[in-house]
Amino acid sequence: MVYGIGRKCASQNMNEKIRNILNEVKDPEIPALSVVDMGIIRAVRENDVLEIDITPTYTGCPAMDRIERDLIDKLKEKGYQTVKINTVLSPPWTTDWISEDGLRRLEEFGIAPPVKGTADKRALFQEAPKPRCPYCKSPETQMISAFGSTACKAQYKCNSCKEPFDYFKCI
Amino acid sequence: MSFKGGWLNPKNERLTEEQALAKYILRLGDDALIIGQRLSEWCSKGPVLEQDIAISNMALDHIGRARLLYQYAANLLGGETTEDTLAYTRDAHEFQNLLLLELPNGHWGETIAHLFAYDTWNFYLWDKLAQSKNTQLSAIAQKAIKEIAYHAQWSAEWIIRLGDGTDESHQKMQKAVDDVWMWTGEMFESDEVEQQMAEAGIGVDPKSLRDAWNSKVNEVLEIATLKRPEDGWMQTGGRKGVHTEHLGYILAEMQFLPRAYPDAKW
Repeated sequence: MVYGIGRKCASQNMNEKIRNILNEVKDPEIPALSVVDMGIIRAVRENDVLEIDITPTYTGCPAMDRIERDLIDKLKEKGYQTVKINTVLSPPWTTDWISEDGLRRLEEFGIAPPVKGTADKRALFQEAPKPRCPYCKSPETQMISAFGSTACKAQYKCNSCKEPFDYFKCI
Repeated sequence: MSFKGGWLNPKNERLTEEQALAKYILRLGDDALIIGQRLSEWCSKGPVLEQDIAISNMALDHIGRARLLYQYAANLLGGETTEDTLAYTRDAHEFQNLLLLELPNGHWGETIAHLFAYDTWNFYLWDKLAQSKNTQLSAIAQKAIKEIAYHAQWSAEWIIRLGDGTDESHQKMQKAVDDVWMWTGEMFESDEVEQQMAEAGIGVDPKSLRDAWNSKVNEVLEIATLKRPEDGWMQTGGRKGVHTEHLGYILAEMQFLPRAYPDAKW
């Protein structure tokens, strides 16, 4: 049985049992979100072996090897002895694939979720987006640096409550 | 096809498409690895924490792109070749990166000048490579261009901040831009590998990037109140494996561990 790749992510039409197992595997750098929430799981094929396609968020993402290991360990624990993980690059991962639930939990975790509908993600010299502060919800925020604690985040500060926070960059 | 010793092609024989592709992918990988390794030297030494983090992040992006390209090149070359043998067991003359990318970092403004020249070029290059007829290269490009756009924006912003900053920062930035200029011509040279790849719709002829690069560089230098240096004599050689002395030092540090302890594992 092949679960196809939906426009958003494979999680939409994934077998319930497998989805529940994969949901227990967290993103090692953002433990509030599972690999399913992140949109990293691109396809699941259940034949003699269980085959899972994953895609990196960033090319140099150091979490990918760990995610692969965690997936295999978790599935083994649940009785899937032969699991094959493939890394696919195309179509390239985009923040649009983070689930609605994932976006909400990002904010609860203190990371401002990506601002939807950023016009051209490849454009040079675009205005920095203005996410709302994940703590006090003020829209008055300011970018400190386009690069943050991990490849996928930028550093911001809130001009209302003065707290610095991470913003999940749109790519 | 062996990569040892076979790169210089002294008889200038026409390469098969497979050979040209392997060379092309490998040199794109060499650019990414060498600048990534160079930038990683800034880790823990940046002028402020945010920028230390920024430049280390960019180093990681470059090394991530190098890995994807080396994995693909290793696949094309076959045999015992892996991404690790490509990075760790080749000597300086077998690397084909741009000389610009192996130059010592110098002070912050000098690193910015190197990066601004390279990132702007790299942005237009990878934007075009996303249209490559080669599906693997196109997939890598579609992924990489999103990261490279952030790099190009960052280095242009720094050129403006330092060029249009204090008298001292302006002077230092102008000197850094003047000094980097003789290393920029190499980015627009093309040889048989690039021409062959461009004809096949797989690669990009670097000559075709010049107009876009010129126009963006002129625009940013003007905002930064910096003077564009005259295009004079340009130092080249990287694409032929003829390097500055600096590459040897990069390789010595990068390759020491796997050469001294070939069985070492993480």
